[in-house]
Parts: sequence; structure tokens; C-alpha cells
Amino acid sequence: MELTREQVEHVAMLARLGLSEEEIERLRTQLSSILAHVNMLSELDTEAIPPTAQVIAMQDVVAPDEPVASYPVDEMLENAPEREDSYFRVRSVLGYET
Amino acid sequence: MEYEAVIGLEVHAQLQTRSKMFCRCSTQYAGAEPNTHICPVCAGFPGVLPVLNEYAVELAMRVGLALNCEIVSTNRFDRKHYPYPDLPKGYQISQYDLPLAVGGYLTIGHMGEERRIGIIRVHMEEDTGKLLHRRGDDGEVYSLLDLNRAGVPLLEIVSAPDLHSGAEARAYAQKLRQILRYIDASTGNMEEGALRVDANVSVRPRGSEELGPKVEIKNMNSFRSVERALDHEIARQLEVVRSGGRISQETRGWDEAAQVTLPQRRKEYADDYRYFPEPDLPPLVISDERRRQTQGNVAELPDARRDRLAEQYAISAYDAEVLTGSRDTADYFEAVVARLGDGVPPKLAANWITGDLFRLAKGEDGDLSGSKLSPDLMAELVGMVHGGEVNQGSARLLLEDAFRSGRSPRALARERGLLQVSDESQLSGAVRRAIEENPAAVEDYRGGKKQAIGFLIGQVMRQTRGTAKADVVRTLLERELAASD
Repeated sequence: MELTREQVEHVAMLARLGLSEEEIERLRTQLSSILAHVNMLSELDTEAIPPTAQVIAMQDVVAPDEPVASYPVDEMLENAPEREDSYFRVRSVLGYET
Repeated sequence: MEYEAVIGLEVHAQLQTRSKMFCRCSTQYAGAEPNTHICPVCAGFPGVLPVLNEYAVELAMRVGLALNCEIVSTNRFDRKHYPYPDLPKGYQISQYDLPLAVGGYLTIGHMGEERRIGIIRVHMEEDTGKLLHRRGDDGEVYSLLDLNRAGVPLLEIVSAPDLHSGAEARAYAQKLRQILRYIDASTGNMEEGALRVDANVSVRPRGSEELGPKVEIKNMNSFRSVERALDHEIARQLEVVRSGGRISQETRGWDEAAQVTLPQRRKEYADDYRYFPEPDLPPLVISDERRRQTQGNVAELPDARRDRLAEQYAISAYDAEVLTGSRDTADYFEAVVARLGDGVPPKLAANWITGDLFRLAKGEDGDLSGSKLSPDLMAELVGMVHGGEVNQGSARLLLEDAFRSGRSPRALARERGLLQVSDESQLSGAVRRAIEENPAAVEDYRGGKKQAIGFLIGQVMRQTRGTAKADVVRTLLERELAASD
């Protein structure tokens, strides 16, 4: 299970990580062996086991539609990288104003 | 070569719950300060646990059932990843391969021109926050984030590619909204963003089974812009293919001011959502019993109600269609009919509601919320017209007055002297005066010009300011003219 350099770059881009040349190669090797390890699971015979997306035996966990008070805005914005009035201020996502 | 357009619509509708989809922050944030309706769950803080809103599931099921879908018994939620700060956790909780409802339809058109439009799927997800893009004093562009809307329950309703024109797409979207409103699932208000319509459009040689390259159209903010944007896009694509060109698969936005679709900026990379099952939400299993219970909560739907009203009250198909435009209007009509006296035809009530009342209300879909004319008062007025207590013109005046004042039309008629006079003793004076003052007309009548009586009737009506009953006046005149012959 050898990952290609392109796959590593793609995943890094999706996660918005900037990687150096050296990191790309190091992570390529590491991710490859992690995948190979996890891939061992496919050696098991799962023929008789129904597919599931959950390993906890729970279902139908719901709450009634009753609003409760939200958090104070200052508390919510306390760890914001930047704020402007009561907005979170973030780096431009469009590159132009609207 | 002859071409046809193929359109599929993707509609997002906010569900009318009081709290958000996965936390209990209030959904009533309209006009509120930014970020005052948020908590660690909807703001995507690490380590929080989403809990599904029970009523959102109920409403979503109603929509599925109202659209004749099969409700999927085992539901799962999935994470749809994309890096955009309108959902700061980096993904949207949605449903991917196990949507709540599949394989339904809705019907557009009426009276012999009905068409079923397929519904591929209806799934539950969460709405995103809102971004504003600004330029700072240093010229640097930055974005402001308001998460009040983030986490509001949202349905995505995907139609089959069964639509072929802007008008059809509009009819579909309007019908869908009508249904959503009938079952209290969504306000369906497009201006407020509670209902958002995107379209996939392609053209192909007529008769071909294959779909051409599809263009996604966004930014259509009203039903009218849906129709115009799609008609414009179809015309644009036809021009390209007829001149031998190729349609490129892209996303275009409707420019309302310029009335054209324009290419939107390309994303820097293709969508790669990396869906996987949401580990924080256990499966949702919908039992047959639960499904039946919700089916019972689905109110009588627009088409069924339209057909029933036409049948039950002997009103025209057109009136029934107009009266069932919204549930409120249909309720109003039926409330009026229930209060009509014996022998007063519901058809008369339908005429007054769809005619004068709607004209006064001027509301979209006959929105009567501005009217003070209760069903009791409307029934009173219709009864007065039917019983000949007032003539048409007076009834119009009374309707308008009562619409604004909420007062009894009969009391108003008395006050304003608009009640029709059919009492002979009250009219005989006016009749005699008309005869005395118009010897020429009397001469004509007696000389055989029987139509001269029309002039005399007019004179009596003038004297009584239109309140005299014309047929009574005619009888009185005829009698008087014969007697004094």
C-alpha cells in the first residue's frame, strides 16, 4: 500500500496544510504504513457480519424541540482569532468583497 | 435538429422548528445581532455532541410522505467535508447514501394538463452560517462570520430531470412550496432564504435518452427569477449547440439586474467531500407505526383539497384552485360557507372571496392576513347579496368598509342607507314623482314605446340613490301607468 506523492499533496490541500518537500516524503512513508496496518482488517472474513456505521449499540437518540438560551456572544467570541463587532473575523475566503 | 431542455431542481428548505437541528439554540434569529444564537455545538467547537431534533425528523417525514416518497427505515447521518468557514467544524452533517425519503413525485398543472414530476430524494442536513466579505482600510479583503443560521434544520429535495422549461420549473417550485406550507414544514419564504432553488440544466436532441453536459444555475431568489434564469440559460445553450459549439459543465449565477446567467468563479479544485458516517449520531430507525402516526399529521394536501372543494360546494375548478392556493385561504372559504344561511350558494361566496376580497388583500396567494373581514362578516355580506338586501355596487362598498373596519356589513348598510328598498309603500312616492316629472317618457310608453319604462326606472333609482329594487320598481311603474291610463 504505497501512497503516491500526489495523493499526499491532495490530502494536505484538503486539510489546508502547507507541507515542505521533506514533510511530503516523510508523511508519504508514514501514511503508507498506517494504511497498510489498518488494511490488515480486510484479511478478516466478515461474510456473516452485517454492515454498520456504528459500534455503539444505540439508536434513535433525539431531543424535543425546545429552545434553550444560547451562550453569551462574548463568551462565544472569546477564542476567536479576531473579532469585529460581534462577528468572527476570518481571512478572506473569496478574494473579493461582496 | 430539434432540441429539448432537461431541468432538475435542487431545493433547500429550512424546517419550521423552534430550535436547531443538533443543538437547542433558537432558530428565531431574524433581525438579531450576529452570533447571539449560537453555542459550542453549532459553532463547531471541539468535543461537543450533536443531538438530533425530534420535531425536525417529524417535519422531514411529513415532507417525504406528502411527496409520495418511500420513507427509509434506517437513517444515517454523514459528514460532508469542505473547507469553508460558514461551517467552522469543516463539515456539514448531512445524509449521503441513506436519505430519509426516496422515489416520490409531485403533480404540476391542473385540469387535464397534469404532469407528475419525480422526486429522487429528500434528505436532512444543517444550514450554514453567513459570510460577509469586506475590504479593510489597508485594502486587504477579509470575511465576517455570523453563525446564527448555522445548524438550522434544512431539507434538500432533489427532483428528477423531468422539467423542460422555465415555466415548468417555476410551477414545480411553487407547488413544492405550497405543499411545504400546507403541512407546516417550512415558511417557504424565498426572500428570507427559507427556500432556495438551484437548477441543473442541459439540452439534448429531442428523443435522445442521453443527457447533455449539465450547467448548475444558482442565485435565483424568487419564483420569477427561477423562470427567467432557466429560460435564459436554455436559450443560451441552444444557441451554443446550434452553432456547433459544446456546452461546458460549469456553475453559473443568475444576475437579476442584467437578466443573464454568468459563469461563477471556478473552485480551485474539484469537490471532494469525503463523506463518511457521522460517528456522533446513532442510527435513526423509523418504525411502521411511527410512519403511520406522521401520515396522520399530514394535513389534506392542496390537490386533494382543491378537488374536494370543487365537488362538495359545486364551485368551478378554477375557483377551487385559487381558493386552495394557501391553506389559510381554503380554511377561510370553508369557514364562510359553514356560516352561510340555508339556500345561499357557496359559489357566491367563492366569487366574492376570489374577486373583491382578493383584490383588496392584494396579497400573494390571496394572503388575507390584512383583512378584518371575519368569516362571520363575509357570510353576512354574501347572505345580504343573495337575499337582495343590497345590490352589487353597494355590496362592494360594504365589503371594502368591513375589510378595513371589521364592522358588520348589515349595520354599515343601514348607516349608509344602502339597504335595498323593496317595500312598495316606500317606493310609491318616488314612482309617482317619476311619472309626474317625465310626461314625455310617459307619452312614449303609452304610445307603444314600451322601452321608455327603462328611463322611468332610472329616474326612480336616481331618487332612491340606487337602493330601490329594480324589479319592484318596474312592477310598480307598470301598474301605475296602466291605472292612470
